[in-house]
Amino acid sequence: MKKLTAFALCLVMTASLLAGCGGQSGGTTDETSESGNKVVRIGVYEPQTGDNGPGGKQEILGMQYANYVQPTVEIGGETYDVKLEIVDNRTTPENGPTAAAELVNRDVSIVLGSYGSGVSMAGGKVFEEAGVPAIGVTCTNPQVTSDYDCYFRICFTDPFQGPALASYAYEGLGVTTAYTLAMLGSDYDQGLVHYFTEAFEALGGTVISEDFPEGNANFVSYINNAKSAGAGVIFAPVSTNYAQLIIEAASAQGYEGSLLGSDTWDNNKVAESTVGKNVSVEVTTFYQEGGDPDFDAGIKEWINANDDAKTNNGGNDMVAAVTVMGYDAYFTALEALKAAGSTDPQAVLEALPSVTYDGVCGHIEFDDIGDAKRDQAYIKTANTETGAWDFVKVQGVA
Amino acid sequence: MQEILPYLINGISVGGQYALIAIGYTLVYGILRLINFAHGDVFMVAGLIMVYATTAMPMYLALPLVLVVTVLLGFLIERVAYKPLRSAPRMSLMISAIGVSYLIQNLAFYITGGVPQPVTNPIPWISENVELFGQSTKRVTLVTPVLTILLVVALVYLINHTKIGMAMRAAAKDFETAQLMGIKINAVISMTFVIGSFLAAVGAMLYFTNYPSVSITSGGMPGLKAFVAAVFGGIGSIPGAVVGAFVIGLCEEIIKGLGYTTFSDAFTFALLIVVLCVRPTGLFGEKVTDKV
Repeated sequence: MKKLTAFALCLVMTASLLAGCGGQSGGTTDETSESGNKVVRIGVYEPQTGDNGPGGKQEILGMQYANYVQPTVEIGGETYDVKLEIVDNRTTPENGPTAAAELVNRDVSIVLGSYGSGVSMAGGKVFEEAGVPAIGVTCTNPQVTSDYDCYFRICFTDPFQGPALASYAYEGLGVTTAYTLAMLGSDYDQGLVHYFTEAFEALGGTVISEDFPEGNANFVSYINNAKSAGAGVIFAPVSTNYAQLIIEAASAQGYEGSLLGSDTWDNNKVAESTVGKNVSVEVTTFYQEGGDPDFDAGIKEWINANDDAKTNNGGNDMVAAVTVMGYDAYFTALEALKAAGSTDPQAVLEALPSVTYDGVCGHIEFDDIGDAKRDQAYIKTANTETGAWDFVKVQGVA
Repeated sequence: MQEILPYLINGISVGGQYALIAIGYTLVYGILRLINFAHGDVFMVAGLIMVYATTAMPMYLALPLVLVVTVLLGFLIERVAYKPLRSAPRMSLMISAIGVSYLIQNLAFYITGGVPQPVTNPIPWISENVELFGQSTKRVTLVTPVLTILLVVALVYLINHTKIGMAMRAAAKDFETAQLMGIKINAVISMTFVIGSFLAAVGAMLYFTNYPSVSITSGGMPGLKAFVAAVFGGIGSIPGAVVGAFVIGLCEEIIKGLGYTTFSDAFTFALLIVVLCVRPTGLFGEKVTDKV
C-alpha cells in the first residue's frame, strides 16, 4: 500500500512537471494574431521579484500602458501587432543570463530593460551574442552601454547623476560633510557613490563612505555613525526596500540632515513611508508628475481601471518616473522598428543609433556610446504630510 | 559614554530579538537533536501574518491571531515533516527540515509576489519614538530586552517546575527511556515546537516593528544569526542561547560603531567557526559522554 502511494505521488509530480513545460513551447516570428496582422515581439527584461521587484513592476506598467495606447506598428509597409514578452530577471545578476536567454529564444526583435544596472550588464552579454538590441530604460551605470554595443539607453547616467546630487548637496543645501551608504556587491550603488564622492570632494566637501551587506535590516548604527560624523546629508543610492528601512531608522534616531536618494528612491512606497515622520528626503529622477498633464490623466485612468496594474503600482495611481521612462522606451523601440523596416534584430540594431524620439520625459537622441544625451535631472522631495512627491528644482552639474 | 550609548542600546535590542529566535533552535535541538532549519522561516511567516492581520482587523484581535497562527504552523510542521521520520536516521530529519524551509519561502513568494511587504500599521505605543539620555530611539528598542528576559524567566520556570517541563527534561536526557517511563513523547515534542514558534512570533512582532518591511528572505539572516547564537551559547542550553544572542547582538553593533561596517556579518560567522574549533560545546553546553 505504501509503495503504491509513493508510486502514485511520483507519477503526479512527473505529470505536473510535464504540464509546466507545455505552455512555453511553440511560437515563431511569422505567427499571426487574432486580427490577422503579423506579430512583432518586444522583450521586457525586468525584475518582478527580489529587492528591485517593485521598481521593475512600475517600469513594466509604462510599457504595458504604451502597448495599450499604441498596440500596432507599421514596419516596411505592413501593420504588425506588438506583443510584449515579459520575463522576470529576479533582480540579481546570477539570474540575468537565464532570463535574457529566454527572451532570445522567444524571438524578440528588441529588448527593453532592465531596472537595475547589475542585472542589465549580466543580460547584455547574452543579447550581444544573439545580436539582439536592447534599450536600457533606467539603468544608469555607464558600463551598461560602454561594455556592450547592443545596449542603448534613454536615461541619464551615473557620471551625471552623482555629480548632480553632489552639486545639489553642496550648493543647494550648503552641506560640507556627506555620509554615503551603499550595498556591498551592488554595481549600481557602488558606482553612484563613487561619482558622488568624486564630485563632492572636488567641490571641497568631505565624504565618509560605509557599506552594508545584502539583506541587512538594521540601519540604526549606520545613522548613528552619520550623526557622530556630523554629516549634513546621507546619500544612499540603494534599492526601494532598503530606502524605506533607512528612512525608518533615520526618523527613529532623530537624524536632522537630509536623506539624498537616487532614481531608485522615486517610488510611491518610499514617499508614503515618510508620512508623519520628521525626515527630509530628496531624490533625483527622470520625470515629475505634472510635467505632461494629458499623459498623467491617461495613465491614471488606465491604472485605476486595472486592478493588477494598481497593485503593481503600489496600490495607488501616483505616476512614478520609471513608469514614464518605460512608456518612452516602448515608443523609442517602435521608432527603431519603423526605421529598420524589418523585425530582424540585426536590422533594428543597425537602425537604432540614428533613432530620435520626443518622449514625455524629453528629447531622446543617442551619442556614440549609445547613451541618451541628457544634461538635467529633476529633484523632488517627499511630502511628509501627504506621502506624495513635491517638485523642488531642475538640477544640472555645476 | 554618550557616543557609544546608542550602539549599546541598539545592540541589546538586537540581541533580544536574536535570543527569542535562538531559544526555538536550542529547545528543539535539546530534545530531537535536530537543527530545525525551518525556524527562521516560521519567524518570517509570523511577520507576514502580522502585516496582513493588522491591516484587516483591529490590533487587539490581530496580535493574538499572529501568535495562534504561528504556533499552529510550528505544530503542523512537526506533525507533517518530522513526526513520520521519528525512527529514520537523523540526516533524513535534517533534510526534511531544509525542505520545509524552502517550501515555506516559496509559498510566501507565491503569496507576496516576491515583493517586500511594508508594515503599514505598526503596533502602537512600542513603535513611538522616545528620548533616552538625549538619544532618540523607538520604544521597542527598550521593550525588547525586558520582554525577552521576562519570557526566558517564565520558560525556565516552566521547564524546572512543571510536569511538562520535567517531561521535556527527561526526553532531552534519554529519548527512549523517557518513553518507557510512560512519557507521551509526541506531546512533549509538540510542546517544544509550540513554545519555539510562540517565541519566534513574539520576536517577529518586535523585529518588524523596528524594521518595517517583510520580504521572503527576512527570516534568513536573523535565523542564521540566532543559530550561531545558540551554538555559541552551547546548543541545547536555554541560558546559553540567550547569553550568546546578547553577545552577538552587542558585538555586531559595536563593530559597526567602530566603523568596520563591512565586517559586521563576517564577525558573527567567524565567531561560529572559532567556537566550533575551540569549544564545540559552546559556553554552557553539556559535556558529551559516550554511552556504553
